[in-house]
Amino acid sequence: MGVEIVVAGLVMTYGDLRAVDGVSFTVAPGEFFGLLGPNGAGKTTTLEMIEGLRKPQAGTVRIGEHEPWKREPALQRRIGVQLQSSAFFERLTAREQLDTFGALYGVASGRTDEMLEQVGLVDKASVRTEQLSGGQKQRLSIACALIHDPEVVFLDEPTAALDPQARRNLWDVLRTINDSGRTVVLTTHYMDEAEVLCDRVAIMDSGRILELDTPAALVRGLDAPVRISLAPGAVSPEEARVVAGDDPLDVDATGTTITTRDASRVLTALAERNALAGLSVKGASLEDVFLELTGREYRA
Amino acid sequence: MTPFMSLGRAMLKGFFRDKMAFFFAVIFPLMFLVLFGGIFTDQGASRAEIVQIGTVSVLDEAPTGAKTYIDKSLDITTSSDEQDALEQLRKGDVDAVISEDGDTLRVRYSQADPVKAATVQGTFQAIVQSANLAVTGQEPRFSITTDQVEDDSLKSIQYYTPGLMGWAIASGATFGAATNLVVWRRNGLLRRLRLAPIPTRSVVLARVAVSIAIALVQAAIFLGVGIALFGLKLTGSWPMLIPLLVCGTLAFMAIGLLAGAVARSEEAAVGIANFAVLPMAFLSGSFFPLDGAPGYVTAISKVLPLKHLNDGMLDTMVRGEGPSSALVPMAILLAFAVVVTAIASRLFRWDD
Repeated sequence: MGVEIVVAGLVMTYGDLRAVDGVSFTVAPGEFFGLLGPNGAGKTTTLEMIEGLRKPQAGTVRIGEHEPWKREPALQRRIGVQLQSSAFFERLTAREQLDTFGALYGVASGRTDEMLEQVGLVDKASVRTEQLSGGQKQRLSIACALIHDPEVVFLDEPTAALDPQARRNLWDVLRTINDSGRTVVLTTHYMDEAEVLCDRVAIMDSGRILELDTPAALVRGLDAPVRISLAPGAVSPEEARVVAGDDPLDVDATGTTITTRDASRVLTALAERNALAGLSVKGASLEDVFLELTGREYRA
Repeated sequence: MTPFMSLGRAMLKGFFRDKMAFFFAVIFPLMFLVLFGGIFTDQGASRAEIVQIGTVSVLDEAPTGAKTYIDKSLDITTSSDEQDALEQLRKGDVDAVISEDGDTLRVRYSQADPVKAATVQGTFQAIVQSANLAVTGQEPRFSITTDQVEDDSLKSIQYYTPGLMGWAIASGATFGAATNLVVWRRNGLLRRLRLAPIPTRSVVLARVAVSIAIALVQAAIFLGVGIALFGLKLTGSWPMLIPLLVCGTLAFMAIGLLAGAVARSEEAAVGIANFAVLPMAFLSGSFFPLDGAPGYVTAISKVLPLKHLNDGMLDTMVRGEGPSSALVPMAILLAFAVVVTAIASRLFRWDD
């Protein structure tokens, strides 16, 4: 199971706007791949060309041996898509939605119970989709994408507009879907999500891929300093000055913070002075990489 | 279950669970049928109200047979206050004031109600003629008998049922197709279905089948209520109604698809559908006959699909025409469906 996706030189323009401007990457079989970027970066348009909703103006997409824009049923039976959480039949219950989508893929209705179980909606089976919460709708829409046990799954911003509990709850579901070796492509603008879920991440902006690597390698590549904080009074200001050496030191009512690229030296020095009360160490996150690459100006 | 069946079932469930859609497609037009059926039921029985001033010998001395005839069409009260009676006549409270001036019967009437005015004049002409004949002592040589050919079919329910049913089916098919298209485009279901391994025609055919099923349910309820409550009588070739409804549904679905392709929101789709169907219902004689309408209205009505649907249903359901009378309306409706569907498919979008 699991299929390779090869994307080469994709271009899509709308008038003067180059929404996707020469995007290339390869997703390995069984990989969990993230497309990350601010709104309007071209993630969704890229995903739509990979799914086969749009024909690329230039470049090619291959999923296994298929070109998706031809929309061959043989390929469509192997891919699962989750587009918008609202893409349901009106006034049907969760169970009826799954039965209906299942019938479109020629799946026996026994799968419905299995899917309800997998996304934790067994007790909501007879509730109409209009009455489900945002997180429940997202889980149902993922269940609908998985009803025919596809080898490749596309998820377009599955956690957009969810509260923190619902997002983490959904992550648990998402983590399980490539356990059986499925290839998964996800778009998101949440860095923590990509960091937690994805094997590799492509950071996009203005229709181009800026960086593509594992989340850890991207963070390392940033070579960002580490922030080491201590509780107030854990170490005297004079000693802190000595420990920090040339690194920036910040002492205020909330505590003492040393920002350094040599964390082991600072931590060893603090341990020698037995000054580890209230210690916290913060490394750079994918969010820092993202802001470094795409800038901090406000986007609509 | 096949994709076609499961899509059709999902759409039907969606329709019957939408209380508003069901109300506007079935109950609302039925309210008009009950209303019209109630208002116009005893129209034929209303008599002209006459005020008689003093003695009027042609009435007072009329033979018993003539009395019965007079009582059937005239409701006569006597009064001695002529001024008051004329005032009532001007106000429209009574239809005529009669008085005798020697051998001359004087009938004063108001043209406010032309039908009553004509009835009053005709009735009194006849009364005076027969009184003149009686004075000569001769037996009448000519006589008259009257028979109505339609066998009660002039009862207004016979006219209103096909017309209102046409309007109900036109609205149902147009609104159903328009809102379905807009809602599915906006919520992303159209794109989702596009990525499912089913041909687009399965989706379209499922919608057509559902619209036809809804139209047949509407027709069954309409005919049931018409027959049970208002004495509607269907004539021989009424089963032709079914192919007519299928063609009509296709024509109005096409209008709905066009409205749905143009509209960006559900509200706009409903507005456009209303704009198309409601004036058409008036111009196609769904609510009242177009017999007295000016020529240009009749000319406009000829290009409207609802006019042909109504005509076809009137001919086969109540006018007693043969089954072949439905063929021309069906052909026109199908041609209309083909042309409008072609335009709608040019404007069709999978997403916003």
